[in-house]
Amino acid sequence: MKQFTKLFSELDGTTKTNPKVDALSDYFDKAPEYDKLWTIALLSHRRPKRAVNATRMKEWAAEIAGLPFWLVDESHHVVGDLAETIALILPDHENESSESLTHWMEFIIGLRNLEENERKSEMARAWSMLSRQQRFVFNKLITGGFRMGVSQKLMVRALAAATGIEENLLAHRLMGDWTPASTTFEELVLSEDKDEKDSRPYPFYLAYPLEQPPGELGTPAEWQAEMKWDGIRGQIIVRNQQLFVWSRGEELVTDKYPEYEVLTGFLPDGTVLDGEIMPFRDGLPLPFTLLQKRIGRKKVGPSLLKKVPVIFMAYDLLESGGEDIRQLPLNERRKKLEMVVAEAPEILRLSETVSFDTWEELADVRSDARSRQTEGIMLKNQASAYRVGRKRGDWWKWKVDPLTIDAVMIYAMRGHGRRANLYTDYTFAVRDGENLVPFAKAYSGLTDKEIARVDRFVKQNTLERFGPVRSVRPELVFEIAFEGINKSSRHKSGVALRFPRISRWREDKPASEINTLDDLHRMMDLYG
Amino acid sequence: MALLEFNENGIFCPPASVYIDPWRPVRNALITHGHADHSRRGHQHYLCTESAAPVIRYRLGEDISLETIKYGEPRVINGVRFSFHPAGHILGSAQIRVEYKGEIWVVSGDYKLENDGISEAFEPVRCHTFISECTFGLPVYNWPDQHDVYADIVRWWKRNREEGKTSVITAYALGKAQRLLRNLPENEGPVFTHGAVENVNEVIRRQGIQLPDTIRVTPEQDRKAYQGALVIATPSALGSPWMKKFRPYSTAMASGWMAIRGTRRRRSADRGFVLSDHADWGGLNQAIEQTGAEKIFVTHGYTSIYGNWLKDQGYDAREVKTDFSGESDDADSTGGDA
Ligand SMILES: [Zn+2]
Ligand SMILES: [Zn+2]
Repeated sequence: MKQFTKLFSELDGTTKTNPKVDALSDYFDKAPEYDKLWTIALLSHRRPKRAVNATRMKEWAAEIAGLPFWLVDESHHVVGDLAETIALILPDHENESSESLTHWMEFIIGLRNLEENERKSEMARAWSMLSRQQRFVFNKLITGGFRMGVSQKLMVRALAAATGIEENLLAHRLMGDWTPASTTFEELVLSEDKDEKDSRPYPFYLAYPLEQPPGELGTPAEWQAEMKWDGIRGQIIVRNQQLFVWSRGEELVTDKYPEYEVLTGFLPDGTVLDGEIMPFRDGLPLPFTLLQKRIGRKKVGPSLLKKVPVIFMAYDLLESGGEDIRQLPLNERRKKLEMVVAEAPEILRLSETVSFDTWEELADVRSDARSRQTEGIMLKNQASAYRVGRKRGDWWKWKVDPLTIDAVMIYAMRGHGRRANLYTDYTFAVRDGENLVPFAKAYSGLTDKEIARVDRFVKQNTLERFGPVRSVRPELVFEIAFEGINKSSRHKSGVALRFPRISRWREDKPASEINTLDDLHRMMDLYG
Repeated sequence: MALLEFNENGIFCPPASVYIDPWRPVRNALITHGHADHSRRGHQHYLCTESAAPVIRYRLGEDISLETIKYGEPRVINGVRFSFHPAGHILGSAQIRVEYKGEIWVVSGDYKLENDGISEAFEPVRCHTFISECTFGLPVYNWPDQHDVYADIVRWWKRNREEGKTSVITAYALGKAQRLLRNLPENEGPVFTHGAVENVNEVIRRQGIQLPDTIRVTPEQDRKAYQGALVIATPSALGSPWMKKFRPYSTAMASGWMAIRGTRRRRSADRGFVLSDHADWGGLNQAIEQTGAEKIFVTHGYTSIYGNWLKDQGYDAREVKTDFSGESDDADSTGGDA
């Protein structure tokens, strides 16, 4: 636990990638094999099932600390993290556990089979043996939310540095249904897998946002335009009759999209497609939020497959007949891509090009992009090779402007941590006849100075208080920007916004002039 | 009539007709300490401790009408007896004791219980009514031993030096900056200071307080000198173009807020060190108990939560709204402290 806690603290103490990788690879260098295996499991979302109820944990900790439950609860609200709150309030002592991570993971798994009162005394015993930082890590292992700012990709990179094994081979080896109980580090990480070489993806080429007028790019004939699809960037690979799906962030996600499996029979061996994993039904994209339901799942059940069907919107071909063709100009790769897609079933679609003779014409298409469920336009140089990473010049994303609506603030909530005494989180409403209907929450978009002024307004214009929330006189008007709008039965307003944020404070506008619920519904009809 | 009351100008003592740390201009102001939210501009007469005076004069102008008083020395105004007692917050900081017809109130100002080696160490003062700050009035705030924190800072500095980096640590120009200087080892390497910090250092050295040597950061300074050095900067300097000259560098913040992981992560600094000039949870409870007071007013901080906790403990506790900005994020360089 000492080594793992040190690792955790180091990962947590920096936001930079390289120090994280260094700390991890150092850990993979020194930790015992069984602990390494657990660390890999934890960092690849293979945590054991939750063993202790959160409220119970809070109660027990309060009891040990000699504090009333309400105070621990309030503290939890301020800190924003239960594991940390408990670690901080428990009495300090000199103890530190030298037992391994594996020991504590087995301890946690063992808690599940206990009676509640035994569980309570076991938790108290654990807390009394662990140092403050160890307790935090231990609590985190129970409560989850254990990210440490390390993606699977980062972990794989560190593991590669420590073992000298290539990253995409490792990514492949770590796939599938294993648990620390079912395998060993030797077997999982160090042994060669027969089809791992076949799964190897290419690095993605990433577009830059277009900030200059498109006219500066040259003549329209030099450019290929497509819609900018709202999905997950992905690569589909078929080699030796086997299919692999990689998502951007270079994670192997084959298991999550079983419906692509049919492509194995249609795509010739040695084919690599670049495109977008998209929720799609009846020839139209579904809202991206639906896809998010699938992203978080380790296993995708039949009902989810039915509710959120996906297609692959292909826009580039990177390998053809087993040959890397990334150096061919885009228009030649495109011809080959069209041929490949033409032979494949519906689940593979071609990202159609948008024909245009003038930039004005394309600007018109772009202004209409949202109603086609897209995010704008992609521009790709016809003569360009497929490059590596984010490079300026050949691929540009020309996004639509956000939607905006003027709304009035009606609730304010305290922030967390340092901002716990400031009202930083707001709920906004539009007008519906005599009534105000809440439709969006937003946290960001104001400067510190503006937040301080809004905070003062909130404190002086409170109508009612409910815990950390206050309702306020509906006077302050803000322009709310958002990327998309969808129907929602869960919200009173009947709409759900995508990425709402405050774009500016409309001090020039009285609350009587804000937008109406009808305006919102009209937007939804147009773009939803 | 209460001995002290809270009105729109600040904490007022009606029988003496004076204010303590008023936030609007008044005739007579008794000042607990030199931070900007406690010693404001525009009062006609100021009264503060001898060691707090130089910084207050420096901030508000040499021409203000300011009288000084020794710790423990009584000052009777209209039959009300006032005295100043060490608060341990920063150099010259005081709790103000107010006694009238056998009734005793104490205004804590900002305070901490541990001796930081530069502030006059906190002394508990018995009273009937205590007006206490509670900036960190939650049980999650428990300060680590300050000597461990200094050792951590030195370790971070050393490691940066080995990597060829400058170590930039932010601290409030008045208080935390001098506390760091006094407690970090002198032979560890050169220490540079932001202008706002060095201005306060100069004032403090002039009043006869020993501080280790520091070098003011100026545009003329050869950049090579920064490599491996420590720079003490104000929080507002972080992320500003002023930082460019120290490249490559690592940044850290020293503040009580750093005790919470979420806060550490939201800040743009590479490291957060838990070092506060305010009392932690245990400190607040201990200080309040030692006053023997039954009635407690709580000001800046988690007032409603901490007030409820005190009520649970059997105190007659009340929450007071003040204009002290102890929790503020963007206080000026000598202002709101944590
Ligand atoms: Zn202060
Ligand atoms: Zn203060």
